[in-house]
Amino acid sequence: LVFTEEDKYGLYSNLLFKYFLAEGVVCGHDLLVASAKEHPDNILKELPAPLLDETYRNELGEETTAVKSEDFQDSMKIAWRYQNLPKMEASPTTSTKFGHYYDVSKTMSPELFQSIKWHSFYLPEELSLQPEMKTCNVNSAYARLLQSIQRIIYQEGFDGSNPQKKQKNILRIGIQSLGSMLWGDDICSSDTPEDIHSLTKFLYVLRGLLRKSLSACIITVPAHLIQNKAIMERVTNLSDTVVGLESFIGSERETNPLYKDYHGLVHVHQIPRLNSLICDVSDTKDLAFRLKRKLFTIERLHLPPDLSDTVSRTSKQDLAESAKLLSSGCGAMAIGKKHLDF
Amino acid sequence: QGKFTLLRDTRTDGSFLVHHFLSFYLRAGCKVCFVALLQSFSHYNIVAQKLGVSLTAAKERGQLVFLEGLKSCLDLLFGEEEEQSGQPSPLQFISESTSNLKALFDFVRISLTPSGSDSWKGPVLLVDDLSVLLSLGATPVAVLDFIHYCRVAVCSQLKGNIVVLVHSNEDSEDEENELIVNSLCHHSDLILWVEGLATGFCKDVHGQIKIIRRVSLELTAEQDHVQIYQYKIQDKNVTFFAKGLSAAVL
Repeated sequence: LVFTEEDKYGLYSNLLFKYFLAEGVVCGHDLLVASAKEHPDNILKELPAPLLDETYRNELGEETTAVKSEDFQDSMKIAWRYQNLPKMEASPTTSTKFGHYYDVSKTMSPELFQSIKWHSFYLPEELSLQPEMKTCNVNSAYARLLQSIQRIIYQEGFDGSNPQKKQKNILRIGIQSLGSMLWGDDICSSDTPEDIHSLTKFLYVLRGLLRKSLSACIITVPAHLIQNKAIMERVTNLSDTVVGLESFIGSERETNPLYKDYHGLVHVHQIPRLNSLICDVSDTKDLAFRLKRKLFTIERLHLPPDLSDTVSRTSKQDLAESAKLLSSGCGAMAIGKKHLDF
Repeated sequence: QGKFTLLRDTRTDGSFLVHHFLSFYLRAGCKVCFVALLQSFSHYNIVAQKLGVSLTAAKERGQLVFLEGLKSCLDLLFGEEEEQSGQPSPLQFISESTSNLKALFDFVRISLTPSGSDSWKGPVLLVDDLSVLLSLGATPVAVLDFIHYCRVAVCSQLKGNIVVLVHSNEDSEDEENELIVNSLCHHSDLILWVEGLATGFCKDVHGQIKIIRRVSLELTAEQDHVQIYQYKIQDKNVTFFAKGLSAAVL
């Protein structure tokens, strides 16, 4: 269960959402798209087109060759010890291929959809269809969505209920903007919502459904609108992976020279610890993303070299914040509560 | 015998302790009732196999009673009406408007009460994790009542042990959770408090564990014994060492 905290204007989390679905199409998985905001047909029309291998390598290749040819000639004079260290890879190497890459400037062609089966759940349509059903104290929109998911899992055999059906496949579920007012939940609009437990109960049941079947799910939630932070803590506890996207649009970080190459930060709050005692933690915790003309990339955050005239960086407070960022980790591993002052 | 152990984690995941206690008590030959609310059976089974215990075998010979919360919840919501079989679901507080955990307590009591043919050593109740009950709609008072009833039944009457995992956070905004955690801390005989390092993330030392033996409860005018170790989790076990003496440093 991948839980994504949306950025303020929803631009980038939408992109991540579409990537998840596009990957499903390319891999031949079945899709279930649920939304209260946009009709799923429209969402599916806007999925990015997959990039063929050669074009991506060319894109990436251009950049790295430009860099390499420059400093190939100079050997380091002062910091010569560093010469022997391997060059740091800002983006993941293309040697291990996992998943596909997508071109965000083009949309996916309809032929790719022919081979997969997809289902949609658009809340305004569903509300008008069926009469009230037993809700078990969960918000009725959520209850309907759960019913729908369970019905599809059962009918299509993702939980192993029809063993003689065709070969096993995976169901990718994407739920957009859960918890927002469009789903009938008021946790985003008031400090003391009527039913605090709706969202958490929904997630618990969803987790049960996912564990029982061959499916994976991504949910985006406008976390910045949820007033009651206790809900976010409980939700983090109930999800496997929690990723937060923070975009720089409209915040003071946009003009901060520390972040000039990037469009936003990626906070990994939690990674799954399934079937083992430990989880696989990468070396670095600071990730930032940027949206180039064709690609959306997530890279390690590196500070640009400090070439200004002043000895120290412009605002100490900013430095303190970024230092706090650099020392925070994800929930499965330890998080420090104060940064060390160097 | 008759001890209540509280596993508490802050800013990190203490579930490795749950796996440890589960395999520890099963190997010791105790009858275990495991209320697993957060993960599926296969997850615990796979980890337990790495630790050398088979949960399916333990279930078959009646040593382990496993309540898989996720599955129970699904059966409750999507199960058909004819599945009643006379026994209400242990998690029925989710669908009812009264938030009282009596059905869950009855389930625990029935599974741990020894029947005539049992030859197991003392009963053990293991809960992973208690904070999930709040997410499912139980009030803090109901959760505390449940624990109290369990203590009376398991620790006093049956002379068994209870181990419970809770999450907590120092600057947490979840007041209900903090209430439960603080209350349980006062009543526990042993607290194992797992925390992230104050200095941040480290690859070789995953965190520190504080072991608090609540000797002060025995009214002998002694203070609680507190010991602090740091640990690193590996694939099949966890190594503990004194502060600052991790293998990476020495």
